[in-house]
Amino acid sequence: MHEISNAGIATTRRSFLITITAAGISMTLTLPHSAQAAGSSITSGSVLATGLVSAFEPTIWYDIDGEGILSVNVIRAEMGQHVGTALARIVADELEMNWASVRLRYVDTDPKWGTMVTGGSWSVWQSFPYLSQAAAAGRLALIEEGAKLLRVAKSACIARNGAVSGAGKSVSYADIIRRGQLTRRYSVDELKAMPIKEAADRRLIGMPSEALDIPAKTTGAARYGLDAQVPDMVYARPKLPPTRNGCTVKSIDDSAARGIPGYLKSLVLEDPSGTVPGWVVVCADSFMAASSAAERVKVVWASSTAASVSEADIQARGLKLISDPAGGSLVVEDAGVDAAFSVAKSTIEHDYSTATVLHFQLEPLNALAFEKDGRWEIHTGNQWQSLILPTLAKALGVAEDQVVMRTYLIGGGFGRRLNGDYTVPAALASKALGRPVKLVWTRADDVLFDSPRSPSVQRVRMAFDATGQVTGMQHHASAGWPTQVMVPSFMPKGKNGEPYDPFAIAGADHWYSVGAQRVRAVSNDLANSTFRPGWLRSVGPGWTNWALESFMDEAALVAGLDPLAFRLRLLGGSAKNSAGGAKQQAQVLQRAADKAGWGSKMPADTGLGLATTFGQERDMPTWCACVARVRVNRSSGVVKVERLTIVADAGTIVHPDGALAQMEGASLWGLSMALHEGTDYVNGQVRDTNLNTYTPLRMRDVPPMDIEFVASTAPPTGLGEPATTVVGPAIGNAIFAAVGIRLRHLPMRPTDVLAALKAH
Amino acid sequence: MTTPATTSFQLNGKTLTVTTPPGTPLLWVIRDIAMLTGTKYGCGVGQCGACTVHLRGRAVRSCMTPVSAVAGAEVLTIEGLSADGQHPLQKAWVQTQAPQCGYCQSGQIMQAASLIRRFPHPTDDDIDSVMNGNLCRCMAYVRIRQAIKLAASEVQGAESHA
Repeated sequence: MHEISNAGIATTRRSFLITITAAGISMTLTLPHSAQAAGSSITSGSVLATGLVSAFEPTIWYDIDGEGILSVNVIRAEMGQHVGTALARIVADELEMNWASVRLRYVDTDPKWGTMVTGGSWSVWQSFPYLSQAAAAGRLALIEEGAKLLRVAKSACIARNGAVSGAGKSVSYADIIRRGQLTRRYSVDELKAMPIKEAADRRLIGMPSEALDIPAKTTGAARYGLDAQVPDMVYARPKLPPTRNGCTVKSIDDSAARGIPGYLKSLVLEDPSGTVPGWVVVCADSFMAASSAAERVKVVWASSTAASVSEADIQARGLKLISDPAGGSLVVEDAGVDAAFSVAKSTIEHDYSTATVLHFQLEPLNALAFEKDGRWEIHTGNQWQSLILPTLAKALGVAEDQVVMRTYLIGGGFGRRLNGDYTVPAALASKALGRPVKLVWTRADDVLFDSPRSPSVQRVRMAFDATGQVTGMQHHASAGWPTQVMVPSFMPKGKNGEPYDPFAIAGADHWYSVGAQRVRAVSNDLANSTFRPGWLRSVGPGWTNWALESFMDEAALVAGLDPLAFRLRLLGGSAKNSAGGAKQQAQVLQRAADKAGWGSKMPADTGLGLATTFGQERDMPTWCACVARVRVNRSSGVVKVERLTIVADAGTIVHPDGALAQMEGASLWGLSMALHEGTDYVNGQVRDTNLNTYTPLRMRDVPPMDIEFVASTAPPTGLGEPATTVVGPAIGNAIFAAVGIRLRHLPMRPTDVLAALKAH
Repeated sequence: MTTPATTSFQLNGKTLTVTTPPGTPLLWVIRDIAMLTGTKYGCGVGQCGACTVHLRGRAVRSCMTPVSAVAGAEVLTIEGLSADGQHPLQKAWVQTQAPQCGYCQSGQIMQAASLIRRFPHPTDDDIDSVMNGNLCRCMAYVRIRQAIKLAASEVQGAESHA
């Protein structure tokens, strides 16, 4: 747990000197350094360090102390989205607090928090109702108690700026709480019925503010998992088997490592949880020694057949699966799909594909694990603690309540740390050694056992009647399924009773009215067995929307309509799409088109392309549209993105600047994956393991961006991901508009552009 | 494995003497011996810039700099950039709300500090060419560029008043 105040990270509660006296590395001058062992900071509770005044803690989500300081318990991982600030703004607004009196408390795992997960663009959307209601309850209790102290009827009192006032008198929250009479707590049912403020009465939500986590990130003071340390810890590096699944150690020889000063030993992990088959952990008294030793330890593995699988095999398997009309899960299956296609005047069909994409979050995986007072502590940044805790307990052979995860900032999540696999080898190594173990992946280690975005293959079909109206649509998609591999209980069943990974197909169930619609998701078993598919920023919509929005332009061409006009016609609403959603999507599309000068004449080899999305899932729609302006260099094949215009409707924007930052980052992720990223599997492993060949977007290629939010007081939806999925197809469509070539594979490399131009 | 050697250098103005294998990168000495963890490990091959520090006043990648190469030299890390975290770049980083996850930002700021010394009035091209070696995986590039311009203008403003 760590705390952040408006002045930066709160003062360390306990400091100690760390000295390393290791063979080969010694320190003759000790620089005092206050190390915050995460487990040693204050715990929440009702007794204040400053005295014996009970804090007001009406729910588990926050407390207000006798100084009037509100501490908000943040159960979401802070990984760049400034989520703590957004959540605290919700609480503070409803409580009528002064923002200067607000602190963030990033809590450790505890069953009382319920599910701890940070992903899916869910945080603000999920938290808004219950945090608002918890804060509304606190406000009512403070008003009631304040009214008593003021001897004014509570109906005549209001709460504002951390004080209750009525009849010309006022008492601060701090004074109310210091009286010690405020012990009210609320049940879950009471909170569910609690009314919240009208949008018109909001004073913090939607107003400009700075993120509380930022100052410490400019001074080097911010502490990430990689910075975790405890006395007497051993450093370690994993020695990874050839492939993710099915490897076992046949023999190990560490004789060449024994000469390395500080080398301790190499552990062949025995893992009851089955998370790390064939992993070896190499231990030493410094990371450099562990890393050097890992290079010298010789391990012979019995490999699985995955060691001979390459990207083309995976894609061929996916194509075979979607070409077979049997199999898979019918996510959408309207009546009359086959009939619509059999009587159609015309049909079109195109296949689309995407390559493997790496998370490449900048902080390589790491975890510090040790047993203390009969309990296991795991110090690391993680996005889905509730998913990995049972696995950790199984691996260690202890009850789940004997494992706690200490919370740190995350140096980039993007979904990689939803998969907590990296905590398991640290825990197992610590158990085997009987000492704290800090396991650190090198960059190449991190990439080799990434849970990447699976390659995908999709087939999209559309049927038209004699008048050119769309009467049917099919979308078949095959990819590795992260949810099937890591949390199969999360999979709903399709219309044919077959389970599917919702994160691997969302987006294909769009809001266009297309007549009889079929959406079929097929798990690529070869992908699942070759690597561990991951959730990567936006997950499935990253490929489904690439196919869908590229296809919509192709269909518009067949229909003889402008791509904007064609989409707007299909977003008119229908029985299935009548909730107003389709019309909201049409609005952002029209707005983006207007802003970008849609339809205006372009210079040579320059074009505008558009794409739209409803975000991550139909139940949480974030309406988003993008127009990309690109210029294609016919001789080099280089596509220069000259401008991105993006409009989003995400309901209430709680923390506007943080929301804008998420849109900026997400759209540039989309650009990066469209033109600069992508790798492929070669003999069971990814080809690219570092930045010499894996080339995410750099500053030089960042275009001007015009990003706008639709003003709204509707409940907030998610926006960490949606912009990611519109940029790729907008660029592809713009390339078509510029030079007339249609690219159907991501990434779009200059060589692809040149080949298509030659064939054109 | 070669014999450990002793190296002394100035780290943020204090003498540090370490005994390490000579190829040990400066990065790990800073992080795991001096315990200054603001300097980050990202790629280990000098291509992400998260480990950027100043060596004799110039930005270098500490992951690629053997500690033996800094004997007797002055090394500056993010922790030493200013006494109070109020260097014009640090202020500009807050003002533009540049960091997202923040992991690359120590390196970005150290690289930018070197940049504005060389280019007191940096153009977009100057910024892009110098900062292109610093990866921001959150893609906070627009704000990093804004922050550098803001800091440069504040430095200039302060100097013209001096």
